Amino acid sequence: MRSFSVARAVAWRTLHNVFTNPSLFVPSLVFPLFFFTAFAGGLSRVQDVPGFDYKEGYTAFQFVFVLLQSAAFGGVFTGFGIARDFESGFARRLLLAAPNRSGILLGYAIAALGRWLVTATFLTGIALAVGMNVGGSGADIVGLYTLAVIVNAAAVLWAAGVAMRLRTMQAGPVMQLPVFVVLFFAPVYVPLSLLQGWIHAVAVVNPLTRVLEAARGFLAGTPTEVGAAFGAALLLAIAFSLWAFRGLRKAEAAG
Amino acid sequence: MSVFADQVFLLARRSVVRTIRQPANVIGPLVFPMLLLAVNSGGLKAETRLPGFPTNSFVAFALAVPFIQGALFATMNAGTDLARDIQTGFLNRLSLTPMRGIALLAGQLGGVVTLGIVQAIVYLSVGLAVGVRLESGVLGVLVLFAFAILVSLGFGALGAFAALRTGSGEAVQSLFPAFFVFLFLSSMNIPRNLIATTWFRDVATANPVSYLLECVRSLIITGWNGEALVLGFGIAAAIAVSSLALASWALRVRMART
Repeated sequence: MRSFSVARAVAWRTLHNVFTNPSLFVPSLVFPLFFFTAFAGGLSRVQDVPGFDYKEGYTAFQFVFVLLQSAAFGGVFTGFGIARDFESGFARRLLLAAPNRSGILLGYAIAALGRWLVTATFLTGIALAVGMNVGGSGADIVGLYTLAVIVNAAAVLWAAGVAMRLRTMQAGPVMQLPVFVVLFFAPVYVPLSLLQGWIHAVAVVNPLTRVLEAARGFLAGTPTEVGAAFGAALLLAIAFSLWAFRGLRKAEAAG
Repeated sequence: MSVFADQVFLLARRSVVRTIRQPANVIGPLVFPMLLLAVNSGGLKAETRLPGFPTNSFVAFALAVPFIQGALFATMNAGTDLARDIQTGFLNRLSLTPMRGIALLAGQLGGVVTLGIVQAIVYLSVGLAVGVRLESGVLGVLVLFAFAILVSLGFGALGAFAALRTGSGEAVQSLFPAFFVFLFLSSMNIPRNLIATTWFRDVATANPVSYLLECVRSLIITGWNGEALVLGFGIAAAIAVSSLALASWALRVRMART
């Protein structure tokens, strides 16, 4: 119970900081919209490539990638906030004051989810406004957004683990770059079957490929590899929660 | 004249040494564009199957992007370093010496152009290593380097102008997303005539970055395309001249010895 009160306080403070500071909030809102515009608008001819068989069209195809990307970066940006809290000394005072320190991690994770939900709402609204086709049923859409929530949790736990070990804003690239690489080594522009060469080999073993393919299946109403996708996403979230909790212990030990 | 040349040389050397001593400033502009090239050339290779696509090799098509993206990094490096000089008081101390203001700008940009040449060598070497061959031949390589120098100079001066006007490294850094928008809303990933979405094609046509990309691309995949070269060099020269004029004016204001 004490851990929930800590989580609620940390989440409220983090969300308050984000939503009252345009320099923190605007980029996390604008960048996914920009990527959606650049990819779905600029590359729409890619759907004419022989073998491209996503029936809902290129806008829907790219929407799913950008939705998952925004979920991941919502988590990473929250990690930047954790690093900033350590640099300013706030996190150390928080470690002293919190009766249950696990609640701190939970609070940051709730905040990451909160800020991403706002981004996801805008992104979905704009995608529907520009005529994105949705073939999935209500249950499929729940599956799509549930996958994105798990990706968001995995990303914030990864970033929190880094932030609590390095405790400096200079750790930003360490949090961001691996997430960027994993995201873009998945089938971003075309389905897996159309990738060739080394990128195909990398995409096949990339856990995010399963998540992306399943999420696109949900939006089209033809779910595929659902078990593998949820398994991969949950495995990432569990592994990174261990990583984050060990990071918390290291931060405690550092004093 | 030799005193002026000495001043420029000393400041250019300082700029280069300072850049080398910050690995992030060297590695970022070299690695990040290569990473994006790898991702895009792998992921978008299928695009070469579209009717009318100008080449069978997407790497050859996409190799133009690092040259322009590297120039954006030059803007950030030049601007951030100059802003740091302002913030630490180096520029104020410099204004107490007989150093000519324009020597400061020339020296700073000399460092940026040097890094731009190193970037161009790396990008071209990577391209050649993965099998890209320039249709314009050896002379095309020289023209490509001349273009890279001009673009680095222009964007470096733009970064210097931002630094001199704001005096803040953070303000200069905040320009980066804006430049990224220009890059992504261009013909970066697909030829303009193959862009199906009308408004996107119009934006890419109005975007000067498209012509900078198409100039480099023409040397790689077409050979000698006069129109692409004139447009690319013309726009790069216009950016360089206007940015240098703005930076010189901002420097005079910043270094007012009153």
